[in-house]
Amino acid sequence: MPLWEDTIQGGASWSLLLRRGNVLRLEDVEGGANVATLLYNWDCPVERYNMPDTLKAQHIAHLTSGFVLYSDMGRILASITNDSCGWHDPLGGFNDAAAVAAKYGVATYQEHRNAWHRNPQDNFLAEAAKYGLGARDLGATVNFFSKVRVEDDGSMHFVPGNSQPGDFVEIRAEMNLLVIMDTGQHPLDENPVYAPKPINFSISRAGVAGPDDPCRLSRPENARGFINTERYFL
Amino acid sequence: MIESTLKPDSAVYDAVVPAGDSWIHVIKAGQTFRIVDLEGNQAVDTLFFSAADTSERYSATDTIVAQKNIYLTAGTVLMSNFRHPMLTIVADTCGRHDTLGGACSTESNQVRYAIGKRHMHACRNSFLGAIADPKWKITKRDVTANINFFMNVPVTPEGRLTFEDGISEPLKYVEMKADMDVICVISNCPQLNNPCNAYNPTPIQVLIWN
Repeated sequence: MPLWEDTIQGGASWSLLLRRGNVLRLEDVEGGANVATLLYNWDCPVERYNMPDTLKAQHIAHLTSGFVLYSDMGRILASITNDSCGWHDPLGGFNDAAAVAAKYGVATYQEHRNAWHRNPQDNFLAEAAKYGLGARDLGATVNFFSKVRVEDDGSMHFVPGNSQPGDFVEIRAEMNLLVIMDTGQHPLDENPVYAPKPINFSISRAGVAGPDDPCRLSRPENARGFINTERYFL
Repeated sequence: MIESTLKPDSAVYDAVVPAGDSWIHVIKAGQTFRIVDLEGNQAVDTLFFSAADTSERYSATDTIVAQKNIYLTAGTVLMSNFRHPMLTIVADTCGRHDTLGGACSTESNQVRYAIGKRHMHACRNSFLGAIADPKWKITKRDVTANINFFMNVPVTPEGRLTFEDGISEPLKYVEMKADMDVICVISNCPQLNNPCNAYNPTPIQVLIWN
């Protein structure tokens, strides 16, 4: 049974503490959601999610179940333990105010109230500031539910329809995590209309990775990453 | 492939950086900066910061999204985390440079190679040494996904990341013109565990023209 269930509206942000051994489940309510996500070690936030270390340790340019998210300190912040979607993007980053205005036009809060056009960068800065973090602490995100295919010539292509209504992904915390999420549209989403989608999230207890955990066994690199992580909690 | 017309004897700065060393230097707006792979297939791990405000820095994701391509080459504009142009690559005889593979660290060496590799020299220690003087106003928080000049790290349509043999050769170079005053931080990669440099890290040359 989930300990907590909630909704993040489209174009909005949220931050929370996800303790080691707890699972964060994200559900794409309508299909086509994007959840740009930043992860930090709650106990020492200068340790945070590192995109290159995550990709090169596992020789991947996408994320799905069986893969893990590495910090810059050789430890595993989180494991992807379940995924109905098959592809989550680690390459596309997030939009800023100018990018959102250029693509979708400006819609001010004064005129549009809750339908105003928000952007992930400003949302992230507000959430990060709640923990004493700022622009220096924002980096590459995991963009859950989005897919970017890279062709042999290096060109990047956003794949619409990667995530259907009801698709979900489960992220198990291997360390105590500050999780910052934003549901703004993906920077490479070609939809010209401002239409960020809501997601549901829930938190449940799962316990830490056992000796035969699929994420631990998926690669020898990950076995060593778990050793580093477990030594942190001795 | 685009060659440069600039001659080394007119450079205002010309230095060799041995493998395993770091290099930190200000490059002014309008100056041209060249890195030469003297012996071939050397990884040149590179970060850029705005000299005026170091919270503005090179951003791998903003750079690849702006050009909708993951490889850096002539014509690539290196973008900041505030989506401003920092430098533009104006010449490149190598053809492709990586910005997804990141920099090696003592901890990532443990993960990638063996727990016992913790003691070996690594790029991120070089970065941290280069920025240690508080005058630079750069700390570990600011060390994010870097450029690996001369490295070949292809991504496949199936979402795999592969480390292929280098496509660089002795005296291949990349040259960029600064669009703003930047602080350049280089770790000339000391990696001894990876075949990408034939287990043989080698020196580079850095030159600046007004």
